[in-house]
Amino acid sequence: MDETTLKENKINQQASTTEHEEFHTQYTTLNLGPTHPATHGIFQNILTMDGEIIIDSEQTCGYIHRAFEKIAERRPFYQITTLTDRLNYCSSPINNMGWHMTVEKLIGVEIPKRAQYMRVIIMELARISDHIVCNTVIGVDTGALTGFTYLFQWREKIYDIFEHICGARLTTNIGRIGGLERDFSPEVYKRINAFLAEFPKAFTEFCTLLERNRIFFDRTAKTGPISAERALNYGFTGPNLRAAGVDYDVRVADPYSSYEDFEFQIPIGVSGDTYDRFMVRQEEMWQSLKIIRQALDNMPQGKHFADVPEFYLPPKEDVYHNMEALIWHFKIVMGESDVPKGEVYHAVEGANGELGFYLVSDGGRTPYKLHFRRPCFIFYQAYPEMIRGGMLSDAIVTLSSLNVIAGELDA
Amino acid sequence: MGAITNEFMLERLQGQFGNKVKSSEEPFGMLSVTIDPSSILDILRWLNTDRILKFQFLTDICGSHYPDLKGQELCVVYHVQSMENNIRLRLKAYVPIEKPELPSVTSLYASANWMERETYDFYGTIFTGHPNLKRILNADEMDYFPLRKEFPLEDATRSDKEDKYFGR
Repeated sequence: MDETTLKENKINQQASTTEHEEFHTQYTTLNLGPTHPATHGIFQNILTMDGEIIIDSEQTCGYIHRAFEKIAERRPFYQITTLTDRLNYCSSPINNMGWHMTVEKLIGVEIPKRAQYMRVIIMELARISDHIVCNTVIGVDTGALTGFTYLFQWREKIYDIFEHICGARLTTNIGRIGGLERDFSPEVYKRINAFLAEFPKAFTEFCTLLERNRIFFDRTAKTGPISAERALNYGFTGPNLRAAGVDYDVRVADPYSSYEDFEFQIPIGVSGDTYDRFMVRQEEMWQSLKIIRQALDNMPQGKHFADVPEFYLPPKEDVYHNMEALIWHFKIVMGESDVPKGEVYHAVEGANGELGFYLVSDGGRTPYKLHFRRPCFIFYQAYPEMIRGGMLSDAIVTLSSLNVIAGELDA
Repeated sequence: MGAITNEFMLERLQGQFGNKVKSSEEPFGMLSVTIDPSSILDILRWLNTDRILKFQFLTDICGSHYPDLKGQELCVVYHVQSMENNIRLRLKAYVPIEKPELPSVTSLYASANWMERETYDFYGTIFTGHPNLKRILNADEMDYFPLRKEFPLEDATRSDKEDKYFGR
């Protein structure tokens, strides 16, 4: 393979230009991935190693590229939601909502407060489930499997809630353009309340297990650090940027879906290392719980969808007995609703950074151009710089703490 | 200091770059400026160091293809933002498809590296000065740029979605 030859040349060059030659230092080329269990996804890193120290690395991505941007150019707007599910599949609802809001911005629809609050609850539950995956996996990579198996039950409970809201668990396709498909049932409220009551206990146990654990601290502190300046230059957003000390959060900077109504704090770190990233996510879970409680307590009355018959499907019983409803139903399903011309950029705070949608509409049934600003794709570039000079085992922990999701990386 | 308005930004940008700023619009409240492609690096550098605007964060780069705009078929869209002032700005640079070249901004933003590679991968825009301009998501041996409009996605023989069935 060309790349391997390139790599070898590079190594030879390095070897001949340093004094290592006289000691006959030989670098080893190691393929980390693409399907290594420790990388939690399809990532390939070709590492140049001096013993166990990483000298250099080169990333390959695109293994699960599915051409979403091209597919989106042939799909009506409502069918693109299922594509967004498969970006960051650990927190699909946030992607779904981000897409709905982008289209709502384009067609100029303000959705009722109740639907906005319901969306906030769903998005914050998704954020918790995403952070559970990331943080427990950091534990696994440092040798603590218990927290992972323990907290994953709670991720299941979040998925049960999603199942009661929309019928799906992982790739949720939750919500609709113009609101949500149905109001929360009493069962949903019961489950959310049970979650809010019981999860903090389990989560506190997880916190005590790792946060002040000497072994965990030694493995994660000063591992894979990045300065605030470099992080900004590399386009970091989300918890990874906040761990480096920059308090940027889209929910506060550019509030959407009524986030301005809620009281919550943005945790930040200091050194941008693995421990800080872990701690920022831990605190964000507490803040998410706080937001969900506020949303439940102050849930406004009203409808769960806006009055946009050309985008929001009519109730099924109307479709059978009402001419107008049948016409709307047909138009929506066939993707025949008129969309204004325009150019929109809308960003939401995804679980691992700013998820942006750049949408150009030429008034046709499909987007003329759709680009996803995927946070992973942008900050994963910094990975070689973050692991250079460290140990291989630290590189693994750094990768999990960045929360790079293959589906989002490759789109 | 009061919030920075789009008019102020545009005035300041035009004052600095004059005719390099070709046109502007404000779709959905975001200032969107079309600029001369060769000056993108200078403009982004100035935006980065300007003491008032402080556009120090490159949010996104992507491409777009407009086959009907003769002589400026490919468009590269830059989104920048100023976290301090909490404003966003969109810059668009149109380049001809025969010679789709514009300067790379990797010297300014490390994040631009993969964003430009992605844009090159899908649209074939050449970013001069890029350290490693090769395909990133598609297969290396691919010999076309898939997001250009001449590549239809679905089977061309399919007839059930023709416009005439929908009264268009």
